[in-house]
Amino acid sequence: MAIAETHLPTWVPFKKAVWHAGEFSLFFFRFIREVFKPPFEWKEFLYQCFKTGNKSLPLVAITAFIMGLVLTIQTRPSLAAFGAISLLPGMVSVSVIKEMGPVITAIICAGKISSRIGAELGSMKVTEQIDAMEVSAINPFRYLVVTRVLATTFMVPLLVIFADSISLFSAFLAYNIHGDITITHFYNLALSKLDWIDIFPSIIKSIFFGTAIGIIGCYKGFRVDGGTASVGTAANSAVVTASLAIFFIDMIAVQITDLL
Amino acid sequence: METETDNAPVVDIQGLSKTFNGVDVLRGVNLRIDKAENLVVLGKSGSGKSTLIKCMIGLMEPDEGSICIMGQNIAEINYDDLNKLRTKIGFLFQGGALYDSMSVSENLSFPLRHHKKHLGIEKINQLIREVLENVGLPDSGDKMPSELSGGMSKRIGLARTLILKPSIMLYDEPTTGLDTATAKEISQLILDMQRKYQISSLIITHDISCAKMTADRIVMLKEGVIVAEDTYDGLEKSKDEWIRSFFS
Ligand SMILES: Nc1ncnc2c1ncn2[C@@H]1O[C@H](COP(=O)(O)OP(=O)(O)OP(=O)(O)O)[C@@H](O)[C@H]1O
Ligand SMILES: [Mg+2]
Repeated sequence: MAIAETHLPTWVPFKKAVWHAGEFSLFFFRFIREVFKPPFEWKEFLYQCFKTGNKSLPLVAITAFIMGLVLTIQTRPSLAAFGAISLLPGMVSVSVIKEMGPVITAIICAGKISSRIGAELGSMKVTEQIDAMEVSAINPFRYLVVTRVLATTFMVPLLVIFADSISLFSAFLAYNIHGDITITHFYNLALSKLDWIDIFPSIIKSIFFGTAIGIIGCYKGFRVDGGTASVGTAANSAVVTASLAIFFIDMIAVQITDLL
Repeated sequence: METETDNAPVVDIQGLSKTFNGVDVLRGVNLRIDKAENLVVLGKSGSGKSTLIKCMIGLMEPDEGSICIMGQNIAEINYDDLNKLRTKIGFLFQGGALYDSMSVSENLSFPLRHHKKHLGIEKINQLIREVLENVGLPDSGDKMPSELSGGMSKRIGLARTLILKPSIMLYDEPTTGLDTATAKEISQLILDMQRKYQISSLIITHDISCAKMTADRIVMLKEGVIVAEDTYDGLEKSKDEWIRSFFS
């Protein structure tokens, strides 16, 4: 944190990017270090979990509902052409659980939560509230960053599971417009195509999405320096960076699961 | 700390220097605060006053020099010990720095819940009432910081630091941006607290009437160097033009 961008040796290419990567790594290692240090701020952690879940729930629900619906309706004609309509539930469930559910939920959370955390911590920074915490001998990193990052790490996977269930339900509704199939039969068809090897990696992936969403919001917020204008910039840049990070993590995750 | 004698200075700063981007903001500042003394640092805007006070509490690292508070060199102690020391120091920010997601009484109980865990809810509420009484805002416990005026925020900020019963108080421009009457009330409050709890204070200001009311001793900071040190009356008689400019 003590090294300025201009202090990097001249041979280093992409100075700004390298410097940011360095700063972010330091921030991340500090998080790892502080996570295991007692005392843990349970009250703030639970409050942040509540806020994270509560604020994103309606948005996630609506998006997930539409996603399941659209996916089912769009896939139907192609499968019908092969007379393989009974494969539809399985196909939809695989794409929802493996990819659409985690990624779309995470992107929504990046927009909703990362920006909120970035703006919140950023404005605390400019109004010296973080300094005030520091001088009253309360570790602001542990109180603000650790609780928020753990809250998103914990809540995003739960939101993903919730989104998956909503999507599968709306897929059932869409499927059932034409045919008459019971919900149990639909789920039997849907889940028969799924294995632990499909579900487990997507949960792990969601945990990483959650961590990225939390820590990028906190990092951007803590880096705010100067006036109130930089708070807006921080919130904006938190969303952009977190969304990008989600796709990168997704890309890495797909490579790893491919090897399994 | 155990070896501390009664006449040892509470704060002892030697040769403090700090540079920002090649600009020397502080250049070898020496400063001492005695027990139960009100020391005023007077200086124009940008003379490095906030930098000085932030170095003292460990928010900034000085480039050179040493800062001893109650016999402990803050550069040499670890983070946990520094935090222990910080619980004995109150810091009033220029803008009050209230936590705006919490109500006034939550702001006040926040440091207590962290540092005085043994206190019951009854005792905490009693301390909150007492300290709100002290700053003259007994009915504002349920307000949110956004509902407070500038002067009220500063008083609540003061209450929040006083609730831990510090032995040292650092005030960063306690009266700036307030009308004369309110500024006077805050100065009076600083004086009362010093008398009531034997607090040693460092008051940073460019408000001469605040300095007049509160100071036992004044040091004058000009471009990062201390240029004069005297009582208010002594400085008032000074022939130096720069010093005179504060008194006119
Ligand atoms: N974090 C920082 N980074 C770079 N420069 C800084 C920083 N903090 C302060 N400075 C510079 O140091 C100088 C002194 O600043 P400081 O805030 O200590 O002044 P001050 O005496 O408190 O002024 P004021 O009365 O306006 O509060 C200023 O020129 C400022 O630009
Ligand atoms: Mg200042």
